[in-house]
Parts: sequence; structure tokens; C-alpha cells
Amino acid sequence: MLQMVVCVKQVPDTAEVRIDPRTNTLVRAGVPAIINPFDAHAVEAAVRLKEKYGGRVTALSMGPPQAAEVLRRALGMGADRAILLTDRAFAGSDTLATSYILARAIEVINRETPVDLVFCGKQAIDGDTAQVGPGIATRLGFTQLTYCMAIDAVDLEQGYIQVQRKLEGKREIIRGRLPALLTVVKDLNELRYPSLPALIRAARATITTWSKDNLDLDPAQIGLKGSPTSVRRIFAPPARPGGEIIPGEPRAAAVALVARLVQMKVIADK
Amino acid sequence: MPADTANTGYRGVWVFIEQVGGEVAPVSWELLGAGRQLADALGVELAGVLLGQGVAGLVTEVWAYGADKVYLVEDPVLGFYRTAPYARALVRLVKQYQPEILLLGATSLGRDLSGAVATFLGTGLTADCTSLTIDPETRLLEQTRPAFGGNVMATILCRRHRPQMATVRPRVMPMPSRQEDRRGELVRVDMAFNEAEARVEVIEVIEEKNKAVYLDRAEIIVAGGRGVGSKENFRLLEELAGVLGGTLGASRAAVEAGWLPPEYQVGQTGTTVRPKVYFAIGISGAVQHLVGMQTSDVIVAINNDSQAPIFKVATYGIVGDLRQVVPALTAEFRRQLVPGPG
Ligand SMILES: Cc1cc2nc3c(=O)[nH]c(=O)nc-3n(C[C@H](O)[C@H](O)[C@H](O)COP(=O)(O)OP(=O)(O)OC[C@H]3O[C@@H](n4cnc5c(N)ncnc54)[C@H](O)[C@@H]3O)c2cc1C
Ligand SMILES: Cc1cc2nc3c(=O)[nH]c(=O)nc-3n(C[C@H](O)[C@H](O)[C@H](O)COP(=O)(O)OP(=O)(O)OC[C@H]3O[C@@H](n4cnc5c(N)ncnc54)[C@H](O)[C@@H]3O)c2cc1C
Repeated sequence: MLQMVVCVKQVPDTAEVRIDPRTNTLVRAGVPAIINPFDAHAVEAAVRLKEKYGGRVTALSMGPPQAAEVLRRALGMGADRAILLTDRAFAGSDTLATSYILARAIEVINRETPVDLVFCGKQAIDGDTAQVGPGIATRLGFTQLTYCMAIDAVDLEQGYIQVQRKLEGKREIIRGRLPALLTVVKDLNELRYPSLPALIRAARATITTWSKDNLDLDPAQIGLKGSPTSVRRIFAPPARPGGEIIPGEPRAAAVALVARLVQMKVIADK
Repeated sequence: MPADTANTGYRGVWVFIEQVGGEVAPVSWELLGAGRQLADALGVELAGVLLGQGVAGLVTEVWAYGADKVYLVEDPVLGFYRTAPYARALVRLVKQYQPEILLLGATSLGRDLSGAVATFLGTGLTADCTSLTIDPETRLLEQTRPAFGGNVMATILCRRHRPQMATVRPRVMPMPSRQEDRRGELVRVDMAFNEAEARVEVIEVIEEKNKAVYLDRAEIIVAGGRGVGSKENFRLLEELAGVLGGTLGASRAAVEAGWLPPEYQVGQTGTTVRPKVYFAIGISGAVQHLVGMQTSDVIVAINNDSQAPIFKVATYGIVGDLRQVVPALTAEFRRQLVPGPG
């Protein structure tokens, strides 16, 4: 029986997020909110382990009340229960404060039944930091296994998990002691389409909501106040330097293009 | 929140020197270049931190790339990178010697380590920076980074906690020149490690170049879209990729047509890539594709429609039929790159 917690974040669909060039503010109006894509793969991984070894999957999200939607998505994919951490006091948390709040919630779950595995996505597609997973692992003292692309084996008796990590041009096969925290990449699995009965169950399920009062928190470590980093300003990325259309017949154009790329040293001349 | 450490004597700029099997990640040298400028702006020392086993030979290299000082910790437990002992070593050095800035490469290793270290230290960590400057008035590190998949830039400060920690993207800071005879100070620090604290055992490391699953790490990507027209025509792209040692990529339309498997898809619902050169061939440039590749260093677009939106983000464009342009490119690259018999 594996006790698993999956951290899922609700994120804006970043393809549609833009900066208003006049006000330098984020244009979020009308941008759909989705489950962080990596987190969907994390839910899938946990559900597959449950099917193989038995156990229970808790989906955990911190966010505004609307974040309940991504928890329902996780329930539809096979999570057994969902907990939403929502409180005005959590707003403005950076990764240090976010990992603190999530770790505190996991500690509450851990007191019910000891947690064997925590899953996070490799990174959130909005903040893009990849820091919350390592933060949670560090706070809980769990083995930290980032960038997992395959789970080879879990051995509860021996107390280890073997995974494959995706590194720069390399794959690392590594065995870690339980309990462990995994951050996952998309190669880990293919998402399943939720069945209709699962979706109906998810729509009807109650989502447990915890505020700061349900967690044993130091108020100085949460929200804006508890966040050492602060965003001084946001702005639109500089436009890409004006492109050059290379004219001419295919052969002439190809010769000119190759000359430019070789000269820029982006493609090595041998 | 841990105590305010902004004004408690933290001084100096540190760069974590990332090495695997004695080979240093180039981003570490780039960071020594960037760190040198920050240290000079602040009027403080630049130090490199070297952790590993049998890596003392690298110390002179760290000096040569600009460090005034090297902190060296060697132990068999540090022979392979593993989070827990590396984090403990770095945390201990920081607590003892108190740098005001600590920089790491935004590699998988650097991100894995920095997240743990910043949490132990209770300080701020800015991810994946592309620019670092010092505010002359406050002496604060201004850390600028892309977020929201590259659609937004943010400048982040860590006002009251030290060190100010950041990971920095590889290949954005210029490589500093190596000064052969430059020497500095060496501080060897001994710590006791035991194997059990590592919590993990590395079983095997498998090198895998030019595979689609590594698209996000590829340096050259030759991507094709609906305009390629058929699976057979993808052979033309494969030949180009072969000459360049690059990896194939695809738009969703090409994946849906069955010309390449889904793991090759670039874009919002595929992989986000950032190669040195991205060839977009027969790809129109839909926003869902662009978010996955627009931060590539150089984008080359080949399309027969001069109005295709892809040309707006392309560094270079050729308007023409890909069935003629791509073979011409392959031939020319082969002529330039492959040393011929004479
Ligand atoms: C433009 C911008 C730039 C920022 N830059 C930084 C920065 O450099 N440093 C910094 O400390 N903060 C930064 N932040 C704040 C940061 O985005 C938030 O702290 C956020 O709560 C978590 O960071 P992330 O989105 O990067 O998540 P990541 O660390 O990338 O997320 C990894 C995984 O952690 C889990 N997770 C993360 N958040 C939640 C959640 N709320 N609920 C459940 N699971 C979750 C998910 O499994 C996710 O896949 C920035 C915010 C903005 C808007
Ligand atoms: C929620 C969502 C998510 C999506 N995610 C992704 C994603 O991750 N990745 C992705 O790529 N798309 C994604 N899409 C789809 C995207 O909107 C576009 O439909 C898709 O990118 C189009 O692919 P394409 O450029 O290959 O095809 P087209 O738009 O059909 O473009 C083909 C191009 O080829 C050119 N061409 C034709 N013949 C020739 C020739 N002989 N020589 C030269 N040029 C020629 C044409 O001029 C045209 O510009 C997503 C869409 C949605 C709604």
C-alpha cells in the first residue's frame, strides 16, 4: 500500500498570456486556466503505481477557490481525494513560502498515514522555476529525485524506488530511499482519457478545503511577507531582432544562408 | 521567516563550479565571467566553489577564468552528484564564509541543487536568469528572467536575505577569456560525509544523443510541418539533420499526419525547445508552435508563403519550395562542414 500525494498547480495557458506594452502588466483576462501539464503526468504516474501496488492518491493544490477545478481533473484521472489549500494569507507566496505551505499540508497527511511518495511536476509553466519540488523535499527530509522520465520499481519492503532521470543528453538510473519526492517530465507516461463514470464521480466529489488554520504554520513564513524574493517589474520580452529574408534561387539562397550561419559560429565549421 | 541577513556582513560573489567526472559545465565559466563583473561593481571578491572527488586539478582552471579564490571540498561521497551531500556541503560553506551572492547554472544539476540549498538557508532563489546587474544605490542584485514560457520578463530582487541566489541559463552570458597564468587563493575545507546520508545510489548513466526525448536539450533542431507534405519528404529533413548532427522536430500538424511520432512535437502541448538553431520548414508559425521555440538563438524559416507568420520570428528566412531549398541546404552544409578528400 503506497501513500502518495501529488501537488497540482492551476496555471494560465501561457500561450495566451501577454504583457500589455503600455501598462507593463499581465493580460490575464480571458486566458483559460488549466492544470499544469507536467502535474497531469504526475497524477497519471501516481495512479498507475496505485493500480500496480495498491494505495491511495491525494491531490493537493494551493490556490484560489477556482483551483478546485484542477483537483477535479485529478480526481477524474483516478486520484482518491483532493485537498485545496486556500487562504488570502497564502497570496503572493514565492517558491520558498509555497514549498513551506505545501510541506506543512503534507505533514498533516503524513500524520494520518505515513506518506511514501510525493509527486510534483518538473516545473510550472507560469512561474517556470522548478524550485517548489526541491523545496518540499528539503523541508520534509524526503529523498529528492528530479526530472523523472521512468519509474522502474518500487520496493516497499526494502524501502526504495528506482527511477530514470532525464538529464542533458543523458539518462541516469538511480535508486533512492523512501520516502521520496519525484518531479516528473512528460516522457514519463501517456495521459489516459478519463472514463465517463470517473468524470461524474469527480464532479460530485467533495473537495476538502484547508485554510491556514488547518495547518500548523508560522505566519511569518507565508504569503508576501514570508517570501524573500519580490518581483520589481515585469515587461514584455525584447522583440526578436528583425529577420532577414535571403533572396535568390534555392541554391544561391542556401549558399548565402550557410555562409551566415557558419560565420555566426552557431554551426561549427570543421 | 529566517532572520534578516541583509546587513550582517555577507560579502563576496560565489559561483558554483558544476563538474561531472572532472568535466566542468561551460555555464560555470560563463558565470565566472558574469560574477567577475558583479564582484567588481560591488568591490568584493569572486570565488568558485568546487565539490567532488579528485577535482583539485581544476582549481587552476577556476582561477584562470577569473576567480580570486576557490573553496574546495573533496570526499568520495561527492564522487557522483547526489543532492543531499552536495547540498549539505554548499550550505555549510555558505554559513561559514557568508557570500552575498551565490550563482549556479540553470542546468538540471544546478536547479536540483539550488532549490535544496536555498530552502536550507531560508533565502530567495531566482530561477533561470538571463541578465544580472547590480543596483549601484542599494547594491542589490537585479535578477532578470523569462517566465510564462518566455512571454514575460521579470526583474526579481531579494532584498533582505543573504545570499541572493540565482540560477542562470547556459549560453546567455559570454564566455570569458581564459588567463593562463592567473593565480588565486585556495581554501580547502574538510567535512565528514558518510555514504548513508546520500540516500540514493546511482546505478547507471546512459548517454543518449540525438534522440527525440532529448529535444529540449538539442542544439540543432530541424522541424517540419504540414508543408512538408508527406512522410517521404521528411527524408529531406532527416538528411539535413544528419549533416548537422541535429534532431528532427515537428509541428502538431505533422504529428497528426503521422509523419513523426508525438514525442517530436514542439510547442504548447509538445516540448519547449531552445536550440542554437531551429529550422522551421513548412511550418506556418501558429502561436501554439511559437511558444515552444521562439527563444531559440537563431530561427531559420523556409516557407513558400512570404506572408507566413513564422517569418516574423525568424532570424533568417528563405521563401521557396522546401523540396528544392532543403536539398540545396543539405548539399551546401555538406560541402562546408564535411572535410572532403581535397
Ligand atoms: C513573473 C514571475 C516570476 C517569478 N519568479 C520567481 C523566482 O525567480 N523565484 C521564486 O522563488 N518565485 C518566483 N515567482 C513566484 C512563483 O511563481 C510562485 O512562488 C509559485 O507559487 C511557485 O513557483 P513556480 O510557479 O515556479 O512553480 P515550480 O517550482 O516550477 O513548480 C514545480 C511543481 O511544484 C508544484 N507546485 C507549485 N506550485 C504549486 C501550488 N500552488 N499548488 C500545488 N502544487 C504546486 C507542482 O507540482 C509544480 O509542477 C515568480 C512569479 C512570477 C509571476
Ligand atoms: C490547444 C492547442 C494546442 C496546440 N499545440 C500545438 C503544439 O504544441 N505544437 C504545434 O505545432 N501546434 C499546436 N497546435 C496547432 C497549431 O494551432 C497549428 O494548427 C499548427 O502548429 C499548424 O502546423 P503547421 O504550421 O505545420 O501547419 P500549417 O499551419 O498548415 O502550415 C503549413 C505551412 O507550410 C507551408 N508550405 C506548404 N507547402 C510548402 C512547400 N512546398 N514549401 C514550403 N512551405 C510550404 C505553408 O505556406 C504553411 O505556412 C495547437 C493548437 C491548439 C488549439
